Amino acid sequence: MEIGNLQRRYLDFASTLFHEGFLDNQFTQLQQLQDESSPEFVLEVVTLFFEDSEKLLDELSRTLNQQAVDFKKVDAHVHQLKGSSASIGAQRVKNVCVAFRNCCEEMNQEGCLRCLRQVRNEYFLVKNKLETLFALEQQIVAAGGSVPMMW
Amino acid sequence: MIVEERKGTRDQFPVGMRVLAVDDNPICLKLLEALLVRCQYKVTTTDKAITALNMMRENRNKFDLVISDVHMPDMDGFKLLELVGLEMDLPVIMLSANGETQTVMKGISHGACDYLLKPVRIEELRNIWQHVIRRRKFEKSCGTDSDNRDDGLKVLANSEDGHWVADDHNGKITKKRKDQSEADEDDSEDNIENDDPSSLKKPRVVWTIELHRKFVAAVNQLGIDKAVPKKILDLMNVENLTRENVASHLQKYRLYLKRLSVVAGQQASMVAAVGGRNSSYLNMASLNGFRNYYAIGGSRQLPTVGSLQPTGVLGRMNSSSTLAMQGLLPSPTVQLCGMHKSTSNPCNTDLGRIQGIVAPGNRQMNLLHGVPLNLEPEQFPQLKLLQEPRNQLPAGFSDSGFTVGPKSNSFPIGTTNPLFVQANEQHNRTGGLQNYSVKMSPSSSELLDFDLQDISQFTSNNRSGDGSWQGASGSTEDPTSSLSILAPFGNIALSSANIGANISSVTTHAVTKPFDEFANTMAAPLHDAITNNNINNHVRSLNGNTMAMPPVHDDSRPSNFSLDNSIQSWDYSINSNTVSSRYSNPLLSKLRNDEATARFHSSGIAVGEKNLGATAVVQGNFGTSLVRQDCMIDRSTVDGQLKFKGGYESENSRLHSGINSNGSCLADVVNSMVKPQDDDMLFGDIDMGCDLYSIGACMCSLWT
Repeated sequence: MEIGNLQRRYLDFASTLFHEGFLDNQFTQLQQLQDESSPEFVLEVVTLFFEDSEKLLDELSRTLNQQAVDFKKVDAHVHQLKGSSASIGAQRVKNVCVAFRNCCEEMNQEGCLRCLRQVRNEYFLVKNKLETLFALEQQIVAAGGSVPMMW
Repeated sequence: MIVEERKGTRDQFPVGMRVLAVDDNPICLKLLEALLVRCQYKVTTTDKAITALNMMRENRNKFDLVISDVHMPDMDGFKLLELVGLEMDLPVIMLSANGETQTVMKGISHGACDYLLKPVRIEELRNIWQHVIRRRKFEKSCGTDSDNRDDGLKVLANSEDGHWVADDHNGKITKKRKDQSEADEDDSEDNIENDDPSSLKKPRVVWTIELHRKFVAAVNQLGIDKAVPKKILDLMNVENLTRENVASHLQKYRLYLKRLSVVAGQQASMVAAVGGRNSSYLNMASLNGFRNYYAIGGSRQLPTVGSLQPTGVLGRMNSSSTLAMQGLLPSPTVQLCGMHKSTSNPCNTDLGRIQGIVAPGNRQMNLLHGVPLNLEPEQFPQLKLLQEPRNQLPAGFSDSGFTVGPKSNSFPIGTTNPLFVQANEQHNRTGGLQNYSVKMSPSSSELLDFDLQDISQFTSNNRSGDGSWQGASGSTEDPTSSLSILAPFGNIALSSANIGANISSVTTHAVTKPFDEFANTMAAPLHDAITNNNINNHVRSLNGNTMAMPPVHDDSRPSNFSLDNSIQSWDYSINSNTVSSRYSNPLLSKLRNDEATARFHSSGIAVGEKNLGATAVVQGNFGTSLVRQDCMIDRSTVDGQLKFKGGYESENSRLHSGINSNGSCLADVVNSMVKPQDDDMLFGDIDMGCDLYSIGACMCSLWT
């Protein structure tokens, strides 16, 4: 595909992500931090996010499926997940984390399990989107073009 | 040359500012690092607080600024903040996703110079260098130049003279150092000293927790007003620590307390709002209390208070002692408001002031009106007996001047609190205050014009010196009179069994203000009253003299304090006519309403030393009337003081707990009590059923 098309697709796709709330302004900030000195910055951070989040989700799943749920621990994990999702701009994930924390405070196991399911969904959704976004970028670069700025 | 290198870097400041970033979340940490790098800072990151501390400890000059997350698994961010501030005195910025006001407040009160919310924006980070400059300038202007110079010299010295120990010559290099051996170095370092100190990182002594603890202990021991670097240094007995190190640390420590007190003051209302049970606030409040409240016994620095045996003085302060204490009640002029003179003198209202009840109006501080405050002069407002001519003597200390030993030293009371001790002794012997040597400091003596004639316990011997307890009529049998008067005073606050002690402690520390002593004395009498069982009549007897409660009028008649022996509760019933004090102290009015309510069970007059809470305590009894005020009851002091229970003991715990958890309560109470409603204190009608002792207790109970 020619570069122009690729770039257009890329931009369209990116803007829908923003419009649909998968990503927010924080992601743009991340992109702005990428420069010659750290050309893969966004990819690095997002990869870190993926790794960390999946670990957290597994932990959460384990902790919540116990007989006696340690809500403090659950809350700590959710807090962490909230922090990292906020840092990269994964808005929907972060929003679910907020609700999740409320359930923790209420020590509502059912509610927490529900939130866990939700956050997993959102996480995998945004993961998927981001991976697509990166793939598009790579295509552009592979085609010899440069990735257009979203801002 | 090290110096030059440093200078070079510094010239471009804030470029190259060395930041240590701590966050357990790897994504956040990475992001933060990127942002900081974008701001052209030199960034070091770690995800462990312990690692961060070690890095800083190994080289204090390694970083200019620390940014730390609040929630970390290995160490609480606030804890790290404190440690860094204490040991390294570096500016620390907190970072958190939690932006609740309370949390932010906590951060600031722990010493954070800023609190940023995640996700942090680069614009905010671009400005953080200001904190570094601000701190440097601030410290410099606060006289830490010696350190600066030390650092500079140190740097030079290190490069030139390898064997110089950093700590060692920290102080030695300064010009102040008279050490001959260093004279040469001093001269040679002059050029360095002339350099911009801010460009040289000072190799400070690392103030570890242990070291700081020693430092605080030394300061407490000396008393804040006497805490000069040289003496502190001697007391600490640490090698390689110089006077200059101590001096600058003392400076910071004072500022730290000031900061806390400011915050605590601000939080007072908040605390009150949250029921004053917020221990975190309490702590702050207590700290603040020092400043704001004539912390009886000051905040940590109530050495004397602490030394008071719970059952001791107070217990012993039977009517006699209490009476004596009453004698101590300074004349109205004496303001128990230990607060700094300069600071608000909360206790301005007549009695209210004296009462140590939280001064009405703005001053919360007046909590310790009558309460002997062991206030370090600087720390705690000087207890000043109200200067009102009206004799704000609390508890009917009508002009009996009590000689509250000025500054604790005068008090024979065994403990450091002479007053207190004396009270004790007196108490035991005469069951009264006879020996209250609570000598009010001469200056205050005039104020304390207790006319303790009626105070049976207050024999003339109570009066020592000027204006000692005049009123201390020898009738030991009638301790109540003397005591009762005291009741309102901080005696209440005198948690420790020794009201006297309190007083003494107060005096000792107190600040030089006669008041302090007064406070102590005040405590004593109360005690006595208590032991005397119902000094109901005391008040009467005190009529005309001691009724300290309200401003001591000439004919102030002591309210009738009935101090129940049982709980050391002093029931003060203040006769209205007698107590025409202007003690508009709400407490009093409350007392009025509630004759017997004023049972300060906790006898431990919550002297929180610092607390005017004592007054609050009094109020406590009134249960209802207790207005929770932010009582800055210093836990430490309170501990020592609350010993009233039955025999002036155990109440403490109650009181203590009450106080502790509710520092604000006392304050509230006191405040409410002290509210100077009108100038004319109607003591007459006030039945200070408050056991001063139990005041504290009451307070406690209220809180608890």
